[in-house]
Amino acid sequence: MAKAVSSISAKLLRSAFTANRFTTAYAQSSTSQSSSAGMADIVKPMETSMKKKLAEAFKPSVLQIVNESYMHNVPKGSETHFKVVIVSDAFEGVQLVQRHRKVNNVLEEEFGSGLHALSIVAKTPIQWEKSTQEVGQSPPCRGGAGL
Amino acid sequence: MNFVGRQAFRGPGLTFCRLLVARYSSKTGSKEYIDGLVKGKPVVVFMKGTPDQPRCGFSNAVVQILRFHGVENFDSVNVLEDEDVRQGIKEYTEWPTIPQIFMNGEFLGGCDIMMDMHKNGELIEELKKAGIRSALLEKAENKD
Repeated sequence: MAKAVSSISAKLLRSAFTANRFTTAYAQSSTSQSSSAGMADIVKPMETSMKKKLAEAFKPSVLQIVNESYMHNVPKGSETHFKVVIVSDAFEGVQLVQRHRKVNNVLEEEFGSGLHALSIVAKTPIQWEKSTQEVGQSPPCRGGAGL
Repeated sequence: MNFVGRQAFRGPGLTFCRLLVARYSSKTGSKEYIDGLVKGKPVVVFMKGTPDQPRCGFSNAVVQILRFHGVENFDSVNVLEDEDVRQGIKEYTEWPTIPQIFMNGEFLGGCDIMMDMHKNGELIEELKKAGIRSALLEKAENKD
């Protein structure tokens, strides 16, 4: 019994540590980007505003935003098709559909201004820890992207 | 025959009446019309293109997952054929993207959610609730 408890607490500690590490990593990466933030705003306005809003809303320990527009039938440099990976305590005890709704709601303005497709991976830190932490590519386009 | 006609004649009488009422009383983007499309049906997919010719990778993925479970005869609505339905369904579910899957009249989610449920086995349970036995169960039994 005591052994089981200690193994659980070890797991919790580990996930807390990992979460913390990711937070630091994220904080660092956003600092390093801050010098060129002005540039990113111009070049990637959609990605920049998505990142800002999702970071504020979910305080994620992992936040990845992948522009998959190049896979679709849209002009080069478009910001229409995205995949986001969000790992956050905010998803604890929240059903998957509701997690997606939360993310969609945060990005409501973006959906109204050109965001066309959004693939969402929304996990709690513990789920993320248990997963492969690799996110597959979205399915190939079937030609209807611009429609 | 137009899209509405095809849908109407496929279903049983009640659905036919419901659709007929919806057809002449409101626009195809209205809540009543979409209620008529999804209620009382085991599986309905709002997608881009048709199950045989999907026009979007995410819509195609949903079709393939359903086929993987042996679900071939599900209802589908091609949102590219009707701009009202395309906007209407987004308002109906308050969900901004296509495809959208309904089972037993209830909104299940989009492609990511379908894929997750497929991977974690929940889809088999959802299909069961809709009165469909997943073909994956048959395969598993044959192995035993």
